Amino acid sequence: MCLALPVKVLQVGLGSDGQCALVDLGGIQKEISVELLDDVRVGDYVILHVGYALSKLDPEEAERTLALFSEMHAQTSVVA
Amino acid sequence: MSEVKRGYVRPLDLKHGRVDMTHGAGGRAMVQLIAELFAKHLGNAYLGQGNDGAVLPAPVLNGRPARLVMSTDCHVVSPLFFPGGDIGCLSVHGTLNDVAVMGAKPLYLAAGFILEEGFALGDLARIVESMARAARDAGVPVVTGDTKVVERGKGDGIFITTTGVGVLPDGVELGGARVRAGDAILVSGTLGDHGVAIMSQRENLSFDAVIQSDTAALHTLVADVLATGADVRCLRDPTRGGLASTLNEIATQSGVGMMLQEKAIPIQPVVAAACEFLGLDPLYVANEGKLIVICADADAPRVLAAMQAHPLGRQAALIGHAIEDAHHFVQLTTAFGGRRIVDWLAGEQLPRIC
Amino acid sequence: MKYIDEFRDGAVAQTLAGKIAALARPQRNYSFMEFCGGHTHAISRYGLTDLLPPNVRMVHGPGCPVCVLPIGRIDMAIDLALNHGVILCSYGDTLRVPASNGLSLLKAKAQGGDIRMVYSTLDALQIARDNPQRNVVFFGIGFETTTPPTALAILQAVKENLQNFSVLCCHVLTPAAITQILESPEVRQWGTVPIDGFIGPAHVSTVIGSRPYEFFAEEYRKPVVIAGFEPLDVMQAILMLIAQVNDGRAEVENEFSRAVSRDGNQKAQDRVAEVFELRREFEWRGLSVVPYSALKIREKYGAFDAERRFNIDYQSVPDNKACECGAILRGVKRPQDCKIFGTVCTPENPIGSCMVSSEGACAAHYSYGRYKDMKPALKEEETRHE
Repeated sequence: MCLALPVKVLQVGLGSDGQCALVDLGGIQKEISVELLDDVRVGDYVILHVGYALSKLDPEEAERTLALFSEMHAQTSVVA
Repeated sequence: MSEVKRGYVRPLDLKHGRVDMTHGAGGRAMVQLIAELFAKHLGNAYLGQGNDGAVLPAPVLNGRPARLVMSTDCHVVSPLFFPGGDIGCLSVHGTLNDVAVMGAKPLYLAAGFILEEGFALGDLARIVESMARAARDAGVPVVTGDTKVVERGKGDGIFITTTGVGVLPDGVELGGARVRAGDAILVSGTLGDHGVAIMSQRENLSFDAVIQSDTAALHTLVADVLATGADVRCLRDPTRGGLASTLNEIATQSGVGMMLQEKAIPIQPVVAAACEFLGLDPLYVANEGKLIVICADADAPRVLAAMQAHPLGRQAALIGHAIEDAHHFVQLTTAFGGRRIVDWLAGEQLPRIC
Repeated sequence: MKYIDEFRDGAVAQTLAGKIAALARPQRNYSFMEFCGGHTHAISRYGLTDLLPPNVRMVHGPGCPVCVLPIGRIDMAIDLALNHGVILCSYGDTLRVPASNGLSLLKAKAQGGDIRMVYSTLDALQIARDNPQRNVVFFGIGFETTTPPTALAILQAVKENLQNFSVLCCHVLTPAAITQILESPEVRQWGTVPIDGFIGPAHVSTVIGSRPYEFFAEEYRKPVVIAGFEPLDVMQAILMLIAQVNDGRAEVENEFSRAVSRDGNQKAQDRVAEVFELRREFEWRGLSVVPYSALKIREKYGAFDAERRFNIDYQSVPDNKACECGAILRGVKRPQDCKIFGTVCTPENPIGSCMVSSEGACAAHYSYGRYKDMKPALKEEETRHE
């Protein structure tokens, strides 16, 4: 619901307690907190909201979702 | 009788010195400030007259007195120094542009400064040098000025007011009320640069990015556009409130609607990313060096070519047309294929969380 | 921008529009509620309704925390700033919401209140560190997406013994709001909710997971498809909802699989549970009092609770009688049906919650879609109902 963006992790282990990361979105860089996630690595994509990373983005699922959009016929259910 | 020798006057300490109340008192301190700072950088024959007002020749065109355009602008930007510019050159460009979009050739500028007690002289020197450079590059002298000092806490460092005067060639009639349905709407380049450059410096929103303000003097670009002989209805530079606010103003003034193509509107990818970050719409973000041209549709190709040939117009684009619409809506066909209105701004755009 | 631009592709949108049109049965009307303000915004901003067939209608739900924040809560924040001399830190969205006595946070700032816009709780904590002699209060609003950052801020304040920091907690819960819609008076009146399914919130779900929605699917027999934030996500979710309705299924499906799992972010949930507990009831603007729908700070962390520290109470302030927000939030009326929409009630002068934030149903329609209501002025436009 709230404004949240997928951003790429450039550096980890920043901040006084090592819980901050430097992320990039389209050329804009910002230092954010990754305290709510475990094992964030350089190159990961995370969902950023009000200065905090809330979840990791799964690149394979992203590709799968995009492929689903472009299929010629309606896809049957994808159960959670 | 012994000669009275002039006492030694210590030069202004630009490294550590600060503005104090004596600088605005009209006495020797103020005279020194003007001489060593303002006149030194802005100096020209008119300013050199050293009187309360500058005496200027009245412009004459084709043997008759020419029409004058006059405009004034107050500058309170914060921070004072930002990527791509500062309050000094901004104040020169802003007023030059307001005169230029009327179709006039800018001739003279005046500048008023309100300084806060405690303002660093070094910063003041930087600002005045920047103004002088902008005025010189534009070929428009600052012919008269004024300085006042207010107590600490009563002014945000520095406020600048600039006034410009220009001469309007015969036959030039531009205005926001002249647009008709079918007219082409063009823009000289990428939108949102200035606003985002400023935001990137503000605390709590700072991020690292290489976005520069687009502050620039547009009068030579305007001259090139008018020289094409095209039927130009209206020129405007979209500052606060962005493209959207300016187009809404014109739509209302002319009693037309507008239909824009989102895909055609030039925006730097990094500016788009910054706006995503902050939850801002780039159509509403301030610009300081962009021109909107509305002209007869048949003339759009040559106006576009003229703009693209100019250094400040390389990314000029045709972004839409005026249409018949009793409601005067500015509408947008989205890149997605749907339609939406680009409405008046309700107050200042604030970054969102949701 | 990766993972954003691909999900906004106009050509793919046309493919999806075709699939939706093919799947939607012509003799049936479909009515789906997108719960989340962000989805409302995406639909309006990209003009998605233009790509849907006329028998598929989107109903805008109450998932905008600013819209459902009662006036009385903003009054509390203003009171803290003006009468208790605190530095009040708030997200940008809340600053313009009109409250009592002709004030908003922005207007209270003009009257001398020290009110500062922040992008993150991290900024508020820094302000507290920089101003040890002043009380700093963070105005905590938002659904489950925004709550974990507030929890972390309080835990951080404990760690640093930042005694001048406190939080005015107005965090609310998504499932409770959905229940309220499904249990509305219209249900009793008509025997059913006029909504065929829900588009589940994107980012709330990254935190709470998809599991909490299973209850609604089972109990109320309504399909839920959790959708990502981008316009193609929303279209795919609509397609999946139509498929479920056609098949007679009522399941929870996850279109936003790239960021949402069934369990969500356990660490975030744990932090929230550590710091907050349920309020027995909480008034929502437009939905009245909803039980177990909001959070308050636990006694253990009571030192950081602004309500306790400053001893301020919530006073309910009723909405204007002409305001139809309640019905609009429940999906039984549209903005155009409200007598004061667009006349007395506008984004500059919002009367009710749906107009207050740019994502409220009324604000979105006013800003992006109201030209569709004005048929005579636009010669070629046919009517599409929203």
